[in-house]
Amino acid sequence: MGFSFRTFTSALALSTLLAMGAAHAKELVMYNGGDVTSLDPHKLSGDWEDRVEGDIFEGLFTEDAKAKPIPGVAESYKTSEDGLTWTFKLRDDAAWSDGEPVTAEDFVFAFKRLMDPKTAAQYAYLQYPIKNAEKINKGEIKDLDQLGVKAVDDKTLEITLEHPIPYYPSLLTHYTAYPVPKHLIDKVGDAWVQIGNIVTDGPYKPVEWVPGSHVLTAKNEHWHGGKEKLDIDGVRFLSMEDVSAGFRRYQAGEIDLMTDYPKDQFKFIQENLPGQGHFAPFAGLYYYVFNTSKPPFDDAKVREALSLATYREVIGPKVLGSGEPAAFGWVPPGMNNYPEEGARFDWAKDPYPQRVEKAKELLKQAGYGPDKPLDITLSYNTSDNHKRIAVAIAAMWKPLGINVSLVNTEVKVHYANLRQGDFQVARAGWLADFNDPVNFLDLLKSGIEMNYGRWSNEEYNSLLDKASTTQDLEKRAGILEQAEKIALDDDAALPIYFYLSENIVSPKIKGFEDNVFDKHRTRWLSMTE
Amino acid sequence: MLSFVLKRLASTIPVILIAITACFFVLRLAPGGPFDQERALPPEVMANLRAYYHLDDPLIVQYLRYLGRLAQLDLGPSFVTKDFTVARQIGIGLPYTLILGGSAFLLAIVGGVIAGIYGALYHNRSGDWAIAAIAMTGLVVPNFLVAPILQLVFGVRLGWLPVGGWGDGSLRFLLLPVIVLALPHIARISRLMRGSLIETMNSNFIKTATAKGIGRRRVVLKHALRPALTPVVSYLGPAAGYLLTGSIVVEQIFGIPGIGRYFVNAALNRDYGMVLGTVIFYMALIVLLNLLVDLAYAWLDPKVRQR
Amino acid sequence: MTLYADKRRALEEAFAERDAEMPRGKPRSVTRDALRRLKANKAAMTALVVFALIVLAAIVGPYLIPYDYETPDWNAFTAPPSLETGHYFGTDQNGRDLLARVLYGTRVSLLVAVIATTVSVVVGVLYGAVSGFVGGRVDSAMMRFVDVMYALPYILFVILLMVMFGRNVFLLFAAIGLLEWLTMARIVRGQTLSLKEKEFVEAARAAGVATFPIILRHIVPNLLGPVVIYASLTVPEIVITESFLSYLGFGVQEPLTSLGTLISEGTDALGAADWLLLFPGGVLVTMLLALAFIGDGLRDAFDPKDR
Repeated sequence: MGFSFRTFTSALALSTLLAMGAAHAKELVMYNGGDVTSLDPHKLSGDWEDRVEGDIFEGLFTEDAKAKPIPGVAESYKTSEDGLTWTFKLRDDAAWSDGEPVTAEDFVFAFKRLMDPKTAAQYAYLQYPIKNAEKINKGEIKDLDQLGVKAVDDKTLEITLEHPIPYYPSLLTHYTAYPVPKHLIDKVGDAWVQIGNIVTDGPYKPVEWVPGSHVLTAKNEHWHGGKEKLDIDGVRFLSMEDVSAGFRRYQAGEIDLMTDYPKDQFKFIQENLPGQGHFAPFAGLYYYVFNTSKPPFDDAKVREALSLATYREVIGPKVLGSGEPAAFGWVPPGMNNYPEEGARFDWAKDPYPQRVEKAKELLKQAGYGPDKPLDITLSYNTSDNHKRIAVAIAAMWKPLGINVSLVNTEVKVHYANLRQGDFQVARAGWLADFNDPVNFLDLLKSGIEMNYGRWSNEEYNSLLDKASTTQDLEKRAGILEQAEKIALDDDAALPIYFYLSENIVSPKIKGFEDNVFDKHRTRWLSMTE
Repeated sequence: MLSFVLKRLASTIPVILIAITACFFVLRLAPGGPFDQERALPPEVMANLRAYYHLDDPLIVQYLRYLGRLAQLDLGPSFVTKDFTVARQIGIGLPYTLILGGSAFLLAIVGGVIAGIYGALYHNRSGDWAIAAIAMTGLVVPNFLVAPILQLVFGVRLGWLPVGGWGDGSLRFLLLPVIVLALPHIARISRLMRGSLIETMNSNFIKTATAKGIGRRRVVLKHALRPALTPVVSYLGPAAGYLLTGSIVVEQIFGIPGIGRYFVNAALNRDYGMVLGTVIFYMALIVLLNLLVDLAYAWLDPKVRQR
Repeated sequence: MTLYADKRRALEEAFAERDAEMPRGKPRSVTRDALRRLKANKAAMTALVVFALIVLAAIVGPYLIPYDYETPDWNAFTAPPSLETGHYFGTDQNGRDLLARVLYGTRVSLLVAVIATTVSVVVGVLYGAVSGFVGGRVDSAMMRFVDVMYALPYILFVILLMVMFGRNVFLLFAAIGLLEWLTMARIVRGQTLSLKEKEFVEAARAAGVATFPIILRHIVPNLLGPVVIYASLTVPEIVITESFLSYLGFGVQEPLTSLGTLISEGTDALGAADWLLLFPGGVLVTMLLALAFIGDGLRDAFDPKDR
């Protein structure tokens, strides 16, 4: 399509439309961070996109106010004895926003489309537990019908897995498991996501989208839950990069809900906006990864020395200011199918000066000392938080005789470097996609893309494999904990802190419940004028 | 006249081509790609994506393909905002940038000329000094510093104006971003106007007019203003360019979806097609505005007109 | 006081036209003349003293204060200015002494400005001299190229360069210098052209003196004026560009800092820790104001007719 006068005038018309939208009745205005890049559930990548997507689509399972999985489009489900076959009965009243029913065929179509290499879906791998999914996605099997997803009838769906997974309902709440409207895509193809075409099966539907500005939703009158159950009429998800500017708009009452906040304003918020700052444990880990394929970080002693000398207790309260809990383990607390506190470093309870002494000793053993200082680079992607943490940690390592050069690059360059192993120590982070510890433990498995440091341990790998075939949850947790301990003992990477979810919520909004997944679907919220 | 315009337009095509070529190769040589992200993709998926957007072809083939499509006025897909083509997205963003830039342009001219005239007529008095001081401040304080302060004062503390957003596009929403954008140019234009008017007022033909007993007001408006405007007009071309590209920061801070913001985000996201598309539009706009300024210049200055 | 609309105007008007009828051979006297006029300009002299003090502080200051710019004070994170702790400007979010950081930041900002300015002066002088001396078709082609470059939207290319050289800020500013030399090239070309016709150059040529020594002996000395003015106008421009890039998140690598980086960090703390903005902002504004007055004074000194 070329640029034409018509696109220009339609854009002008759009801005007039904007004007009318402003007079919405109960519209929640949300600071949503990044720009939404697509409404197609197979083409997303960010948590800000998930906030939009989770309101407008509904999978077999969906989240309650505390982000626990509850049946969504599925009315009931059965699991086979071996845990491999899941049969879902779909709700009779589940419908797309054009009134067409949501059928099992929509799900089959969606899963095939997700795995089809031609779709180039970025997060297809999340649903690799489905039988043959990985092979299809990687082009080893060409026949899409081999995928373990079948429509028994219009309202019955059968999914076969590669191996049993106890967290499957949680995985089914993810956007990669949403249905897509087959009847519409058959008709208009890729243009189905355009406003004007798009139909969705969630409580809301998108009605306006200006890239770089916002996505606006409205109630979906065909949603099975009934639109009278929804208190909020629609959400305006604002794309904004400048969080300080966003916070000023919040202070002026133009924004009702901030999904981030300027770190320097923490004290101000606690003092002047009591009860509005929601800082709660969040299933996410902030860590540094060592490039274990090259010296000096192929030496576990050097890795341990750096880990020992990292004074995690001051990062949350002092450097960040909002009190993130220090991470002495790999799996964040509060995960399902796992003890509240998994494995920890042996030295986690030692006082800091003692740790530093031990670190110096280890470095000496590794051959570094005052006459042979260790020069390393620490890479992080552009962000105020990453910068502050890197500066603080470099200062903590300095007394060991380690000279740290900080390397700050844009996010695209940073991850390209990580992918190519072009770093020594680098910042990384992980947010849980579903509620299970393997989500985090998989990051250190050999042959996984996200294992940037290329740390490799046979025992660790085999323990994870063993866990994936163990059905007894208690036993499985034990195996996983063993694996976590191995990773910690060998200092596979350097966990720093567990994330906090950081939302600033206007007192007008009720029903906002803090939870470890930081998911707050609008259907559970209400708003007073 | 028409041939002059056509010639000017034709001579800009190589300029735009050079810019496109430079952008294309600089971007591709820059490290990182559009699909590098926090959650690494399996190599197979990455390969799928690159094939989907033809990024696996040799660079020169991609370049020629881009030019070929451009010749058909097709700016291609956006790699990041996947549901929109580049052309459609620019179509959406351009009106915001034009309204913002245009309003700031008008404000800069009107504000700058009035302040300049005042400064010239009362020069070296307190009013003149006050204007000079404000102008200097407007020039040296970066706009990403002015904007938050204005937001805080007029939006948060006083509550007179919206802090950000476009709202219904009414004056209330436009006021702060337009002022921030126009401020340095009001300063520059007022200084230009002042200097030039003082010089004109000292010239012989004005002295003659005054000697004839024509009122001061009339002398200024009827005789001195037009010649004194020439340097201001010659500045408008570059000013238009600065205003268009200067809106990058303003759009970010005020949350306005103009093409300046698209450009920065696209450059950071390695959204190659989007960067090229915005550069082409910026260049075209700047060329067009410069042409308009030249025409205005010809109208003001008889010497140029005859050439 | 005349504040320039843009650099191109300010310099070309002052030099390109006038130089044709200037007496040659005794360039020093022109400079001495200008210096005398500059000394009489109180505003410019005050500005010069202020600027010199800032530069001096940036160079020797860090050695005189008890804190360095990179070591955190674990007992004072984001602490307000205090006489007791010795953090006279307070500390930043990492517990580092703000005074030390402001001094270093000033140093770095000036350094990148000097780098970019030097690159552009060198390239401009060489390009202009060659263009003017060789003349003919080469000259017109070279000048056409300059026109093309003028049409490129400066800030867009700065952002593209940043994408390219994101890692090394000094390299980045050397590259930015490569976008800035156009005005310099034009002036030098103008001077070279007028000089070429003079009898003493022809005499020198007839005596067998090579081209380059002629340029060096007769043209370069005359360039002192334009170069000084050019620098006084370019340095603040680069400092502002640097701060703009810092706002977008592309400042110098930590733990080094620059005024722009400090200000953009301070802006986020606006209302919560105002000193983080106040001190670096104050230094930047003072420095830019001083440079503006110096540039003004210099131009008036070298070009007495346009007062």
